[in-house]
Amino acid sequence: MTEFHTERALGEGQAPTFYLTEEHHPEGSTMLGFWLYLMSDCLIFAVLFATHAVLGRNYAAGPSPADLFDLPLVAVNTSMLLFSSITYGFAMLAMERYEKKATLAWMAVTALFGTAFVGLELYEFAHLIHEGAGPQRSAFLSSFFTLVGTHGLHVTAGIVWMFVLMAQVAKRGLIAENKRRLMCLSMFWHFLDVVWIGVFSFVYLMGVLG
Amino acid sequence: MSTHAPSHEDAFQAHHGHSHGQDAGHGTLKSYVTGFVLSVILTAIPFWLVMADVLDSALLTAAIIMALGAVQIVVHMVFFLHMNTRSEGGWTMMALIFTILLVAIALSGSLWVMHHLNTNMMPMSPEMMKNMP
Amino acid sequence: MFSDPDFLKLIFGRLTLDAIPYHEPILVVTFLAVVLGGIALIGLITYYRFWGTLWRDWLTSVDHKKIGIMYIILALVMLLRGFSDAIMMRLQQAMAFGGSEGYLPPHHYDQVFTAHGVIMIFFMAMPFVTGLMNFVVPLQIGARDVSFPFLNNFSFWMTTAGAIIIMLSLFVGEFARTGWLAYPPLSGADYSPGVGVDYYIWGLQIAGIGTTLSGINLIATIVKMRAPGMTMMKMPVFTWTSLCTNVLIVATFPVLTATLALLTLDRYAGTNFFTNDLGGNPMMYVNLIWIWGHPEVYILILPAFGIFSEVVATFCGKRLFGYASMVYATVVITILSYIVWLHHFFTMGSGASVNAFFGITTMIISIPTGAKMFNWLFTMYRGRIRFEVPMLWTIGFMVTFVLGGMTGVLLAVPPADFVLHNSLFLIAHFHNVIIGGVVFGLMAGVVYWFPKAFGFRLDPFWGKMSFWFWLTGFYFAFMPLYVLGLMGVTRRVSQFEDSSLQIWFVIAAFGAFLIALGILSMLIQLVVSFVRREELRDITGDPWDGRTLEWSTASPPPDYNFAFTPLVHDQDSWWDMKKRGHSRPLAGFKPIHMPKNTGTGVILGAISVVFAFAMVWYIWWLAILSFVAMVVIAIGHTFNYDRDFHIPANVVADTEGKRTEVLAVEVQA
Repeated sequence: MTEFHTERALGEGQAPTFYLTEEHHPEGSTMLGFWLYLMSDCLIFAVLFATHAVLGRNYAAGPSPADLFDLPLVAVNTSMLLFSSITYGFAMLAMERYEKKATLAWMAVTALFGTAFVGLELYEFAHLIHEGAGPQRSAFLSSFFTLVGTHGLHVTAGIVWMFVLMAQVAKRGLIAENKRRLMCLSMFWHFLDVVWIGVFSFVYLMGVLG
Repeated sequence: MSTHAPSHEDAFQAHHGHSHGQDAGHGTLKSYVTGFVLSVILTAIPFWLVMADVLDSALLTAAIIMALGAVQIVVHMVFFLHMNTRSEGGWTMMALIFTILLVAIALSGSLWVMHHLNTNMMPMSPEMMKNMP
Repeated sequence: MFSDPDFLKLIFGRLTLDAIPYHEPILVVTFLAVVLGGIALIGLITYYRFWGTLWRDWLTSVDHKKIGIMYIILALVMLLRGFSDAIMMRLQQAMAFGGSEGYLPPHHYDQVFTAHGVIMIFFMAMPFVTGLMNFVVPLQIGARDVSFPFLNNFSFWMTTAGAIIIMLSLFVGEFARTGWLAYPPLSGADYSPGVGVDYYIWGLQIAGIGTTLSGINLIATIVKMRAPGMTMMKMPVFTWTSLCTNVLIVATFPVLTATLALLTLDRYAGTNFFTNDLGGNPMMYVNLIWIWGHPEVYILILPAFGIFSEVVATFCGKRLFGYASMVYATVVITILSYIVWLHHFFTMGSGASVNAFFGITTMIISIPTGAKMFNWLFTMYRGRIRFEVPMLWTIGFMVTFVLGGMTGVLLAVPPADFVLHNSLFLIAHFHNVIIGGVVFGLMAGVVYWFPKAFGFRLDPFWGKMSFWFWLTGFYFAFMPLYVLGLMGVTRRVSQFEDSSLQIWFVIAAFGAFLIALGILSMLIQLVVSFVRREELRDITGDPWDGRTLEWSTASPPPDYNFAFTPLVHDQDSWWDMKKRGHSRPLAGFKPIHMPKNTGTGVILGAISVVFAFAMVWYIWWLAILSFVAMVVIAIGHTFNYDRDFHIPANVVADTEGKRTEVLAVEVQA
């Protein structure tokens, strides 16, 4: 924001200016607004993490993480998300260079990795439910399915958004609005990555440790 | 919801192109690759620690996992989310710090409160808790 | 085929004809009244050919002023609903003694007290506060609208959709019988198998989305859209308290959303978060919901503090005493409000160390509030006080709120709380701070800013009537509850054995009757003021000799608020402009860039009502259909890039020119 002189800078008795004669253009609010949304989302995850922290050991004489979790699968899943992070980064770099085709291609790759992530997670869930370890079995499983599932739903929403945005970029090109939207999605996507770090560290690895 | 970009701003942007305030936080190829490599390392170590059962003490392993997780979150924040104290006049950083504070309060507070509740109202060993029907 | 139960279940879920409470005379009468009122309203709108205006200028409007006014209308309607619940409770408790069961059977009484709490907090106080912030904040900071005008419209309609869902439960099915926070296991599937809790959950979830988004919107607005020169420490106090309130909203409503989502999963998917078996822990719900619940109290009271600060400074003709300390006190309250939540359940059994910590933090949080009280007193000290209606509400607040604050500190002492927990003493305490603080503040705010919104002042006689009825009514209604609470009477009881208690409930009912007269006076005030609007006309735009920028505009302000963005040099910027001889620019107008109206918000709100209804009644096909429709419409909206237009310079010049003429006539007269 521009610095404005206070009345002291003006001479005695001289009335200061009270109105801008040109159009005032405040800075864009979208990035800040979207960041605030992410922070509020962060608190949703905080509640789910807190619930898992409190209830996550209540196995109700049922299976425990060590019995259930398939760490190699989780490792593969984590790598999917990590790859999607860097590919989205490449999409952003392409956007900066105004290369529409490269942007779209990297977004498609990102969506692919995201879909693989969601697919593997669904496979894991189906497997657990098939083994009788569904979300109804114990408070531990309730909180596990809800926390991981909420993250998965976010990723799914991110993928849908990715496709919508690809259509918009394809249609209108890398105009200012679309660039801003791409940056919002970038924040969203990397934010989900950050949440996933919490999930694999706290839920999977610490869970298996017992 | 987020894609409902505001009309006000749409037009300001149209007037000014990618003008003020929004150019903070672009990465470079180097920063993305650095972040990626660091993340891979920081992810691989904890998985290796648990899967190969490297350390004898589960407590120590847990501490290392949490510490590396925290470091990796910082890495993502810096290299992927391009957090710094300057973007948006410091407001994003302020919001982040406030959020971290609240997350810490909610997590540690809940654990503390519920732990004391369990100790006072249902004194039993963790083993009993796990196997309680 | 239509008598096949499976087929009916597929189509209607668990909705059957039995869900319509045609055997409850009270509800039938209410329903008829609503239908007749609705027909009358629709008839009037049609008669005056108001539909087009209504749709174009109001329902689809993205103008923050109109959205703010619509929020407040919603809040007033819900105030009437919530207050009729209150009157019903007071009557029941005054009657049901010595074998008499009163007129409300327990299952109905339980719905009434739940609905009263839910409506008053979520659908009266919240929209009221949001409405005032929406209307006032952009004007106070010299902005033309909020940061995200469409999102604002959408937020309003989500809040309204939530209110509609809660109101639907009156006529289709039932409402929750669990108390306003729906503690499990009572609110779980085992003990509340009906639709009541589901109405509660979906109503709050949908309104909660609106509240959170509007919080984000207002924070961004305050941070980004301030007029040049208005540094943080030059912002009006109401803007400051709004900022802190919205920070609290954005940081706590997600907690409510997540907690209710877990309860939803328990009820719909059979998970075991808050159940009694398989490792669930109902106390975790209590813990989580109060992590939201306590900051919520401050979400409501902080804007009221802001209103009082504006009113005191204006009607004492003085700069607010201790501006900086007021700001710091607000910020400190914002942060401290996160570490006091356990005082709502000291009796849960977390033990001495936990209770001691939260007891002490609770006592500490009263310190910044006390500091504010002294600031207002010192502002009044040696001020030239004008006892206009907003000032009366403020003085009434100062006396009443201090009382409520002191009983709050009493309750903060854990051993005392063990005696008073869930007693009528608690009820008296929180009504003391919510009515004496929030409601009085909102009333002061309405009277204060009404001329800005509509161009004429409210009739002061009926305003004073309203104030005195509310004030005396409050004391008659709630002081007896303190006495009863100290004697050990618990809340949420519909019948009593000990007839020696009856007299206190009769006094309380009399108090509720006085408050009813207060509300009636307020309604009369609105009508009388409308009739006398020419006499009460505010031509200058500054009827109270105000201090902040909203008073520099015309009343009502033009769509674009400010033809030229003001330049701020001082805290009370309009006062500063008046003192140092500003002159209104009369030429050089430029086209003004504005957002276009859109119907997407209304449509999404309407579909979300359908979605919630389908979820409540297990009509799965409709739920899926409406959800998909919402997603498709929301995505479709993002494909519209043509969202703004310019008000041509000559139109701006015209509007401003008319104001110049009016002002000139005023000066000559």
